[in-house]
Amino acid sequence: MNPYAVRAIFRQEMGRFFRTIMQSMISPVISTSLYFVVFGAAIGSRIDMVEDISYGAFIVPGLIMLTVMTQATANASFAIFFPKFIGAIYEILSAPINFVEIVLGYVGAAAVKALFIGLIILATSFLFVDLTIAHPVAMVAFLVLTCISFALLGFIIGIWAGNFEQLQLIPLLVITPLVFLGGSFYSITMLPPVWQTVSMFNPVVYLVSGFRWSFFGTADVPILASLGAIALFASLCLAMVWWIFRSGWRIRQ
Amino acid sequence: MEATPLSGLGLSPARRYLPQARRQEAEVAPIVSVRKLRKSYKTGFEALKGVSLDIHKGEILALLGPNGAGKTTLISTICGITNPTSGSVRVGGYDVVRDWRAARSLIGLVPQEISLESFEKVADLVRFSRGLFGKPPNPAHIEKILKQLSLWDKRDARIMTLSGGMKRRVLIAKALSHEPRILFLDEPTAGVDVELRRDMWQVVNDLRASGVTIILTTHYIEEAEAIADRVGVIAKGEILLVEDKAELMARMGRKELRIELAQPLETVPEALAAWSLRIGANGRSLVYDYDTRAERTGITSLLNAMRDAGLVMTDLDTEQSSLEDIFVGLVKEHA
Ligand SMILES: Nc1ncnc2c1ncn2[C@@H]1O[C@H](COP(=O)(O)OP(=O)(O)O)[C@@H](O)[C@H]1O
Ligand SMILES: [Mg+2]
Repeated sequence: MNPYAVRAIFRQEMGRFFRTIMQSMISPVISTSLYFVVFGAAIGSRIDMVEDISYGAFIVPGLIMLTVMTQATANASFAIFFPKFIGAIYEILSAPINFVEIVLGYVGAAAVKALFIGLIILATSFLFVDLTIAHPVAMVAFLVLTCISFALLGFIIGIWAGNFEQLQLIPLLVITPLVFLGGSFYSITMLPPVWQTVSMFNPVVYLVSGFRWSFFGTADVPILASLGAIALFASLCLAMVWWIFRSGWRIRQ
Repeated sequence: MEATPLSGLGLSPARRYLPQARRQEAEVAPIVSVRKLRKSYKTGFEALKGVSLDIHKGEILALLGPNGAGKTTLISTICGITNPTSGSVRVGGYDVVRDWRAARSLIGLVPQEISLESFEKVADLVRFSRGLFGKPPNPAHIEKILKQLSLWDKRDARIMTLSGGMKRRVLIAKALSHEPRILFLDEPTAGVDVELRRDMWQVVNDLRASGVTIILTTHYIEEAEAIADRVGVIAKGEILLVEDKAELMARMGRKELRIELAQPLETVPEALAAWSLRIGANGRSLVYDYDTRAERTGITSLLNAMRDAGLVMTDLDTEQSSLEDIFVGLVKEHA
């Protein structure tokens, strides 16, 4: 084990975050506030209650998930793509570090950043709506697991991407639709039966549902299914990352 | 690039001949040992075609070769950046594939291309490298390196504010941050100004004095001449020659005297047997190989003997064989 290397990577990545701290924090806070204004106030005043929860409060978990997933993916994919792009990856490849250490450094930093932003959005939410968290420990656990899983996914995308277009392609084409159709702003039970069935194939539904359960104690899918889904997703990403390092795919010739 | 006079580099003759003794002890266990190394890229191109090479502890080895010869590929494979297709590499006795962690800890690499994060600060990047190679923080060591490379004043400057030469210094500082036992410099002086080159050779000399083994690649012959203990020539993925520089210098010290004759000759006259002469083209010239560094070159006596033998000369011409000739000759042979 090379803990100094993990720390070096982690610190460098956090440094990147803090260099742009205003941008890193202000943009999610502003967009969250906008969501509250548009969805919470404008639409919410007509929807009123979803499953006995005020609409403004109902969308908080989904909003946090939405931001955390996109941030974790974007941060991790950029963190590993960038050294590849400018050539600085030579140093990582020639250093006495293994894939676990590389992943701990990059994915760890990306997950921590996303977690940080998630917590800021949560704090912002308290300004707009009355919110109580039914299961705080589960809430944090879900948030952390989501940050890690999507940072892993981002890491894979960053290694796969050959240029900046590809780097943005997957988040744009896959993650954003899945997240928007994942029940962030509505309950799956509000959909027609056909779309309810289709939604069951969207992994994000399980994550948002589980996360929302930790706030309100009600969920679209059983909580165990949510836990299983996130565990499966994280394992798949880990296996993929392990394979990447074993085969040297897209990094070592 | 302008010529680099030996004298300008502060290398004393004593320092140049010191390696002989060191080499003998080192021969027992080369610090880097490359065996039958082959590397084919995914394109199918074979960049290394069975390279075997021993690098001795504490020496400076210059790898000389034209562009595309495989120098960077060889270094990348030793450092773990590319995977070998077949063959083996041992560094400090550790196999670079099996005992990669131990092997890589010993190596510092200054890459050919400048690749640094523009927004980072100099000292942060150097500290980062040290951590990456598993060493605990050591501000005193970082300070020493930055000062040695005239980067201390720039330690808090962002990379994007630095000149190209300064960036190269940062790359060297990064490679030295973790106190490597072996340093690879891939074309360190390509596009580098005189001042940096002098600083760099000073650092290289200091490192060598502390027992660090240094391998540099270059396609500038003067550079190899000036700094190396041994010179290896590589072309088209094959090592054509690895030789002690002193021996190469001896070969280089040879000169050819060509004496054009008024009358063609069939054979070298008996009277001139004392000099090893060859008959040149059409028998219209005599060619005399001599050592410029010998006490007596034998030129005066040869010319006297020729006059006594009644041979009429029309012209004289000398030609020096250089490392360049040897190099170009070797590379051409394999073209
Ligand atoms: N990633 C790569 N894929 C395919 N061919 C490569 C790659 N890298 C280098 N080569 C080829 O291998 C040969 C040796 O390259 P290199 O080791 O960079 O030479 P040098 O450093 O001596 O100039 C060149 O012909 C080059 O085009
Ligand atoms: Mg090269």
